[in-house]
Amino acid sequence: MDLRFTPEELAFRQQLVDWLEEVLPSVGAPPDRMDWAGRREYDCAWQKMLYDAGYAGINWPKEYGGRGATPTEHLIFLEETTKRGAPYVGMNFVGLLHAGPTLIQEAKDEQKQRHLPRILKGEEIWCQGFSEPGAGSDLASLQTRAFRDGDDYVVSGQKIWTSFGHAADYCELLVRTDTEAPKHRGITWLICPMDIPGITPRPIRTIVGSEEFCEVFFDEVRVPVANRVGPENDGWRVAMVTFSFERGTAFISEQLTAMAQVAELAELAKKVTRRSGTAWEDAALRKEIGRLAAQLDALWALTLRNVSQAQRTGVPGPGGSVFKLAFASAKTKLCDLGAKLQGRAALELHESDDPTSGDFTEQRLYALSLSIAAGTSQIQRNIIGERILGLPKER
Amino acid sequence: MDFELSDDQLALKEGVQAFCQSRFSSEKLHELADSQAMTRQLWGELAEMGVFSLGLPEELGGAGLGWVEAVVVFEELGKYLVPGPLAATYLLAMQSEGAPNKAASGEEIATLAVAGEAPHFIEHPELANAILVEGEEEVGLVDGPASGQLLEQAEVVPALDPLTPVAKLEAPLPPGEILEGAWQQGAALVSAQQLGLAAGALEQAVAYAGERKQFGKSIGQFQAVKHLCADMLTAVEVARAAVYYAGALLDDPDIADVGRAVSVARITASEAAELCGRHCVQIHGGMGYTWEMDAHLFLKRAWVLDTVFGTADTHAEKLAAFC
Repeated sequence: MDLRFTPEELAFRQQLVDWLEEVLPSVGAPPDRMDWAGRREYDCAWQKMLYDAGYAGINWPKEYGGRGATPTEHLIFLEETTKRGAPYVGMNFVGLLHAGPTLIQEAKDEQKQRHLPRILKGEEIWCQGFSEPGAGSDLASLQTRAFRDGDDYVVSGQKIWTSFGHAADYCELLVRTDTEAPKHRGITWLICPMDIPGITPRPIRTIVGSEEFCEVFFDEVRVPVANRVGPENDGWRVAMVTFSFERGTAFISEQLTAMAQVAELAELAKKVTRRSGTAWEDAALRKEIGRLAAQLDALWALTLRNVSQAQRTGVPGPGGSVFKLAFASAKTKLCDLGAKLQGRAALELHESDDPTSGDFTEQRLYALSLSIAAGTSQIQRNIIGERILGLPKER
Repeated sequence: MDFELSDDQLALKEGVQAFCQSRFSSEKLHELADSQAMTRQLWGELAEMGVFSLGLPEELGGAGLGWVEAVVVFEELGKYLVPGPLAATYLLAMQSEGAPNKAASGEEIATLAVAGEAPHFIEHPELANAILVEGEEEVGLVDGPASGQLLEQAEVVPALDPLTPVAKLEAPLPPGEILEGAWQQGAALVSAQQLGLAAGALEQAVAYAGERKQFGKSIGQFQAVKHLCADMLTAVEVARAAVYYAGALLDDPDIADVGRAVSVARITASEAAELCGRHCVQIHGGMGYTWEMDAHLFLKRAWVLDTVFGTADTHAEKLAAFC
């Protein structure tokens, strides 16, 4: 055990910091979150800057144009970019973190050559067509059908919770190609261009009030068989490889943001006046903030451990579910505490996207998604109970 | 950066585990719980095993290991419910300059008393022969004769935890001679024991949930029970990261603020121990309320350990000052 960074890791950090200090002043403020064209332009411009500087696809293998960074270097990258307020991955999220890594593992050379460089350069936006109205936690029960017709699959059905569905160029699409087989064995993974006839994305308004994702309708959409990744009916396995690509780094930016928010919370408590003195003079509140800070500090240590484990073994430990469960709960407490301190000021919903603005209203709403998206907290507990603790399966 | 235990550290952990399993089985613990809680014989074996000398330099008969190793060992001692004033004696051994080191050899057994208004409660009064006094954020060593007197004056009372006998003392406590850095180190050791308690309670709860059948199924198959276990594991893993991090910082204090890391460890481990102790009782159902199960021993020890080297509450307040 040695918590010190190696000379190579320190050099990597320094080089990155020098570059960020040079370029960040020229990066403007992000556009309004409903300005999808503006967001696309902004996110892709940042991705191109990363590409030109050699930071695109930081954890992708070198042979596919990535940097081939170690998990620790990836951690350093996320730490420095977050702390310095660099743009977030934004609309390039699915391409860089889900679809791209899946293509790297499973696609044919021609498919790789066609898509990977464009994803890295910020020229191609992807969305994810996995969940359906009837297939959420039980994803494998998905029913969007694909019939083979000549050189095409004809796809009909409905997807939901598709981030950037109306702005994306491609969709990583899971379809059912065999209705007779057990549910995990009749699924196929397709690259679906979003501009072909029969696709209708419809934005979904979230409780925050904005439209972060879509439901997408497929009406006899003809996807070339050549766009299939992996064998027919093997799509469940193909979809699962993405999950082993994530190496404990998925929440690092969010974590650092939450840690900065605790400082905001303390600042706020020192300003808010109560009947006598400020809220900060209330020992019970200080302890609550202290306990919250302890959770977040400990979760940072857990991330260091998960990253170290990934560095040693090449695969993430089962710690992902543990982390997500604990982080969702800490972030919820943080935002609740902040909004309660704000009192009636929390009735105003600021347009600002800046989570460290000292305004908790929007973040309090956003936090509700943390225990739902990417596996609900209940599903995470099942995973921990069954896969880590070895308790008998319910089904 | 490498936050994984080394092969040597893992071997140490396994060695202590094997020792604890052979000496502190459930049957043995229950036998101790119904008698004197800890014997000089067993204490001597702990010392012989090197529990109190592992941090001492090799030329002084120690193993020359660091605080990471110490927390790894204390985690196992906690997990197997090893009774006795372990942290206080470890601190005394680390601070004793004279040779032979009587705390390291198991001859001198230091227990802890917490300063403040009388009455004071002293753990393991019949085993101990030295007293450390915990002040606000420091620990002092009471000299030999005074320790002896205080231990004599203290009156043994019925104890919450049958493995932690206590005596009540009405006399005032002297501050003692300050042991540099011992308060923080003690908090780290106790948090490691709490982590172990949490992990031990989790293991027993999971085993019981797997074998106990109701409605024709293992109760661990039901989400209501499974999810309690998942919450326990989450608390354990969060605390383990914090405790090892605190140990690593005690060894290499330039990396970040040690005091902050120790408080984080103490809070998360304290919460984990209490949560896991409670859930362990709950998952055992009616059996969990009986003396013959170990479940109550975990929870009771968790409650005992939260009262030393600053409570989780005082550490929470300390941590707020960093925000």
